[in-house]
Amino acid sequence: MKHPGLTNKIYNKVNEKFEWSEENFYKINKIIKNYPSGRQQSAVIPLLDLAQRQNKGWLSKNSLEKVAETLSMSYVRVLEVATFYSMFNLQPIGENFVQICRTTPCWLRGSDKLIEIAKEVTNINIGETSNDNKFTIVEVECLGACCNAPMVQINDDYYEDLDSDNFKKLLIKLKNNQSVKKGSQINRQTSYPSRTT
Amino acid sequence: MLKEEDKIFKNLYGFEDWSLAGAKKRGIWTNTKSLVEKGSDNIVEEIKNSQLRGRGGAGFPAGLKWSFMPKKSGKPHYLVVNADESEPGTCKDREIMRNDPHLLLEGCLIAGFAMHAHVCYIYIRGEYYSEYSNLQKAIDEAYENQLIGNNACGTNWEFNIYLHRGAGAYICGEETALLESLEGKKGQPRLKPPFPAATGLYGYPTTVTNVETVAVAPTILRKGSKWFASLGNENNTGTKIFSISGHVNNPCNVEEEMGIRLKELIEKHAGGVIGGWENLLAVIPGGASVPLIPKSICDNVKMDFDSLKEVNSGLGTAAVIVMNKSTDIVEAITRLSHFYKHESCGQCTPCREGTGWMYRIMKKMVEGNIQVQEIDKLIDVTKQVEGHTICALGDAAAWPIQGLMRHFRHEVEKRIKEYAIGRVA
Repeated sequence: MKHPGLTNKIYNKVNEKFEWSEENFYKINKIIKNYPSGRQQSAVIPLLDLAQRQNKGWLSKNSLEKVAETLSMSYVRVLEVATFYSMFNLQPIGENFVQICRTTPCWLRGSDKLIEIAKEVTNINIGETSNDNKFTIVEVECLGACCNAPMVQINDDYYEDLDSDNFKKLLIKLKNNQSVKKGSQINRQTSYPSRTT
Repeated sequence: MLKEEDKIFKNLYGFEDWSLAGAKKRGIWTNTKSLVEKGSDNIVEEIKNSQLRGRGGAGFPAGLKWSFMPKKSGKPHYLVVNADESEPGTCKDREIMRNDPHLLLEGCLIAGFAMHAHVCYIYIRGEYYSEYSNLQKAIDEAYENQLIGNNACGTNWEFNIYLHRGAGAYICGEETALLESLEGKKGQPRLKPPFPAATGLYGYPTTVTNVETVAVAPTILRKGSKWFASLGNENNTGTKIFSISGHVNNPCNVEEEMGIRLKELIEKHAGGVIGGWENLLAVIPGGASVPLIPKSICDNVKMDFDSLKEVNSGLGTAAVIVMNKSTDIVEAITRLSHFYKHESCGQCTPCREGTGWMYRIMKKMVEGNIQVQEIDKLIDVTKQVEGHTICALGDAAAWPIQGLMRHFRHEVEKRIKEYAIGRVA
């Protein structure tokens, strides 16, 4: 399974700088206060998340060092966390990070077809980023929306109740920078039993 | 079938307003002060009498767990709510958090008070971003209205709730791994004992408990433990949210009485199996970790902890994964093996090496490209992983394969034979 969150290789761009944005600096002060004093290491996951959002969806070596410095942690402790958790990407990703769920409940309802559609629309393979930097496609394990299977996560949002047709339309819209509807693609209210509301 | 007035989760599907105003209409936060004033001993006693069992999978009696917290330790106590819902098939906590977050928050205050905790952390899985933002908004509303904070609901009890996002690790749903993760480390489970009630978060007494368990507590106190215990069967009481996924006409989450028959659950709420009940092959009744049960057992089995244990399976998180006869059952279980291989934290050797080994053998069995005697070797390896690891992930990886071989060994053998014949011809 190729996934930028599952690699242990750190991208090192020597000349690249990473400084917290003013907005994130304010957020960090607030986050650290959520934990008892002296326990600021607890904030490492929230801070890595902030750094990743600021750095276009992935963590460079410099950003990891910045997090370590902010929390007075040693670099290796931050690296350890960044490599352990699959949501931290250690390599650059495209604008739309398409994560297709492959675990049994989604597979039973046809997640294999979604993978074929994604390859077809974007012309890339699993784990790759398209040349125009629009898409990165990966397979992931259960995302916890099994009653709305099959589903994919694109960046922060879930797209549920997919089939070949509506998934294809969704990807083409994203490709053309059009706005898309989040959640259920068949206008179903959350996980209500009836397929249409 | 569960009566409408006995439902605890009145806004499970989000048809109504989830914010504070809507929550108050459903009776949440209305007399919380009087519930807290019952005193912590009475609250724990009431939960014990209700026979509520933990909803996170293991089914440990909730009242008993809460009573493990020391009474006067002089140390800070923590309540940690486990919202790292990652068990394949399970999507119930998600609906609570995005459609009825105040129900959870009120439960946190009551559970926190009962275990003398002033601080509560809710550890939500990182992928649940919209659920996180709803819950965070609900927490902000609760602070603004003094429902939590320095003087929570006017009870003079200081209670703070913080929301902490994870970052995509199934293992952080294990309570001690969750604590490690909350402390800013890799999520690798700790050895028990010491149990979290003695040495938990930052080394202080902590109770880790599932979202659904906490969320039902206020309603139990309001309506009384007798009401809750009257639902379901002895020792398997109350209501439960079932997540029904896979080959059914209408996959859904639904709140039902414990002990409902599996067939009734699927046919009444999920629109039946695709192709009809006769087209059913097998069901995984409690999330990926429990062994599957074939149709012959599904016909009559009741959905509760003890009934499913009798048929060598388990209720787990009550995530019902339905598979009809079009399913390649070996591939379905192989996908789960891949899941466990992917999610093993790498701390204990039997699990780290075993999950990968089991997946590779299972993959060969999907094609049949293997010797028949390897089936026994595979079962032997699952037995060597099971029970020999720090946490239950090793067990969870072993059980689905054991379940497959218990009920569908003939299918695997057939495949191996056919492959061998194909190779000769």
